[in-house]
Amino acid sequence: MELTVNGTVHEVDVEDDMPLLWVLRDELGITGPKYGCGIAQCGACTVHIDGMAVRSCQLRAGDVDGDVTTIEGLGTPEALHVVQAAWVKHQVAQCGYCQSGQIMQAASFLDLNPDPTDDQIDAAMSGNLCRCGTYPRIRAAVHDAAAQLRGA
Amino acid sequence: MSRLGTITRRSFLVGSAAIAGGVAFGTYLYKRELDNPLLDGLAPGAAAITPYVKVDASGVTLITPRADVGQGAYSIQAHMIAEELDVDLAEVTITPGPPSPVYYNGVVSAEGMPIAATSETFLARTGRGAADVAGKLLGLQLTGGSSTVPDMYDRLRTAGAVARETLIAAAMAQTGLPRDQLKTEAGAVVLPDGARLAYQDLAAAAAEIDPVTDVTLRDPSDWKHLGKPQMRTDVLAKSTGTQTYGIDMVMEGMVYATTRTNPAQGGAIKGFDAGRAEKMRGVKEVLPITGGVAVVADNTWRAFQAVQAVDCDWGPSPYTGNTADQFEAVAAAFTEDTQDSQFRDDGDVTAALSEGEVLSVEYRIPYLAHAPLEPMSVLVKLEKTRVDIWTATQIPRFMQANVARLTGIDAENVHIHVLMAGGSFGRRLEDDYVMRAVEVAQQMPGTPVKMVWSREEDFTHDFPRPLAMARAQGKVADGQLAAFDLAIAAPSVMESQLKRVHQPVFGPDVAIVAGAWDQPFAIPDYRVTGHRVPAMVPVSSWRSVGASGNAFLHESFMDEMCHAAGADPLEERLRLCTHDPSRKVLEAVGEMSDWGADLGPGRGRGLAFCLSFGVPVAEVVEVIQTDAGLRIDKVFVAAEVGRVLDPVNFEAQLSGGVIWGLGHAMNCELTYKDGVPQQDNYHLYSGLRLYQTPKIEVRGLENGGKLRGVGEPGVPPGAPALANAIFAATGQRIRDLPLSNSVDFA
Repeated sequence: MELTVNGTVHEVDVEDDMPLLWVLRDELGITGPKYGCGIAQCGACTVHIDGMAVRSCQLRAGDVDGDVTTIEGLGTPEALHVVQAAWVKHQVAQCGYCQSGQIMQAASFLDLNPDPTDDQIDAAMSGNLCRCGTYPRIRAAVHDAAAQLRGA
Repeated sequence: MSRLGTITRRSFLVGSAAIAGGVAFGTYLYKRELDNPLLDGLAPGAAAITPYVKVDASGVTLITPRADVGQGAYSIQAHMIAEELDVDLAEVTITPGPPSPVYYNGVVSAEGMPIAATSETFLARTGRGAADVAGKLLGLQLTGGSSTVPDMYDRLRTAGAVARETLIAAAMAQTGLPRDQLKTEAGAVVLPDGARLAYQDLAAAAAEIDPVTDVTLRDPSDWKHLGKPQMRTDVLAKSTGTQTYGIDMVMEGMVYATTRTNPAQGGAIKGFDAGRAEKMRGVKEVLPITGGVAVVADNTWRAFQAVQAVDCDWGPSPYTGNTADQFEAVAAAFTEDTQDSQFRDDGDVTAALSEGEVLSVEYRIPYLAHAPLEPMSVLVKLEKTRVDIWTATQIPRFMQANVARLTGIDAENVHIHVLMAGGSFGRRLEDDYVMRAVEVAQQMPGTPVKMVWSREEDFTHDFPRPLAMARAQGKVADGQLAAFDLAIAAPSVMESQLKRVHQPVFGPDVAIVAGAWDQPFAIPDYRVTGHRVPAMVPVSSWRSVGASGNAFLHESFMDEMCHAAGADPLEERLRLCTHDPSRKVLEAVGEMSDWGADLGPGRGRGLAFCLSFGVPVAEVVEVIQTDAGLRIDKVFVAAEVGRVLDPVNFEAQLSGGVIWGLGHAMNCELTYKDGVPQQDNYHLYSGLRLYQTPKIEVRGLENGGKLRGVGEPGVPPGAPALANAIFAATGQRIRDLPLSNSVDFA
């Protein structure tokens, strides 16, 4: 099947029911999206399909119906996305393992709602688990990124 | 990938030696700093050869041997070296180095001794010195016990200074200029005319001269890095998906493996039928391993699917397999026979409790999984006489020895390449998953094998924090605490854990009573007794170890006693407190939380204190009753660590510790049925999520206490402060964790 990931078209030979996460990680070598739970409980695998955040551990490869963007396609160390820049500025990461998913979730959320309240941030980001406890900085970074996006 | 592979192992074992045109700097004799606990009791003239700085033609490499499990260890170690070496951390390579006895931990063993952190007696100082010697003799290369900062503070700054002065000496030889005309800046020696001699261009010359070991460390007032907000060296990679964890490793010819072992940990596999699995797409091998099977495939998901298709015939659990029976075993262990310790026995508790009204209560805490978000993962390449292992670990030398034992390959040919961990919380003090992967690799020598566990395999094969119970009795008189008797029964972490790394275990297990026996309070009749429950399921260290649960036992009872006395919980603790830094922490949290001010109806405020890993921490939790349940509104936390080396990460570690403590207290437990943990993924073991995260205000005190680490001490007071707040808000006293078994949280 054909998948467009971060603007590149890939031909992959996988079962329809292989989760997108494992196509990305093991077939295409794109390791920014992480495996944490396999049951959509942690959000570490979050990617965008046509800009919308989805849990790639739950999306069958055969059901991918749009362009896939992973953290690698959102921004790079040399050219950070606004959300990534906020994550760096606030030094959100501790172990960092959940942060690809957190950032992808936040970027998609802010795209839909560039001026969120605390409650809206809580609702949008609570599906993403962080074992280290970086939540206060996630809140701060989302607010900061929102302000940047509105100013831009 | 680090550039570790380009450094020969031998080069780390010498102080300063030419290595491929470069030079490695070590640490030599160094002076005692008053606030360095590492050197307490160390014999004069004792030296440590601890190489941390390598300079060669390609640049500067800093060795930061304590593992980074998310706590920022690499970054703070690099900043300690940079403080003296004057390098731009964006321009250097940072690597944890190989397993080596020179990277021994001289601090962590003291945690296993019954020495109160507040004690400065001759015996206490001698004991800490003995811990340093023990660490050195064992070559105890271990990350844990919040020991990285106190252990490395002098060693790494000295290593940086020795390297700097030696590079300057090389520049002096080259230019003929005197020392006082040369300075260093951003990886170069700077001449009076502003010309810069880059360190890497001086490396070869530096390798030819004797290292300058007579160095003076810079005064804190001159610091550029330490004590100031720092940018963690890993933040950019971790914000862009470019940080490589064990699970991300790839190698030419690599295969993807996963295991499925008896869900009752320690149980055998009596037989298996791989017929169905072997026919599945991508499956290369179905292999027997200890306690189960492994599937080797061409993709992790295919391996996950196929391993579930193997028909396994499991043997029974070798351990007490049901939660009710496990607690019964704990309850049966409050006897003289099982008494393990009684490090605190002030006054005459027995006499005090023999008359008058005695408050008598019982508490319970459950088993808890570590469940770091990166499931156990490792890449192994095994050849006839050599094995290479890439994984995150807190115990590289123990792992090396265990792999050597398993394979028969000499330890010096077992190469452990330490990677960044996607969390640990103590889980990576165990190396069981590596042994399973090595068993797979032994059956396909020459082929690199990446093994990744499913989350379910990870949960069911964790080594949890042990369950425990406490029986507490106390008496109040004249509005004050008069007698306080706490007996704790728990299985021994040290007995279980050290056996797996083939280390001797002797004497009492301090972890059974840590965070309870050693608290700085002068109650007239005060006793803390530890009872060792005979071993059940294997247990291990979990963030803040014994204190993680014992603070709930001690501080819940402290709160109950204060209420029984009619005393204010803060005022009474202050009255009883015998340790000035601890008193200041209590006062600070009182001020921060406006303790004593009326919160209004439906709200409550709880206080707890715990001195663990030498760090006194006080926390106040505020809760509100809502229609949907209880909500944690605010948390105030104050800690004394001697000196805050990075205020940004200090705040992250303390607030992260609070969240860890609160989340597990609220809704986490590991229960067992027939030896099988019943919580096998995060839907059954959620912890705190963002919508429940309170506002957290952190204050670091620097009142001249010893320099300490802060990854763990924020955890213990969370659970009791929350339970005490619930009591204040609702009148409901909860004596069992998790709290969600008794109340609903919004």
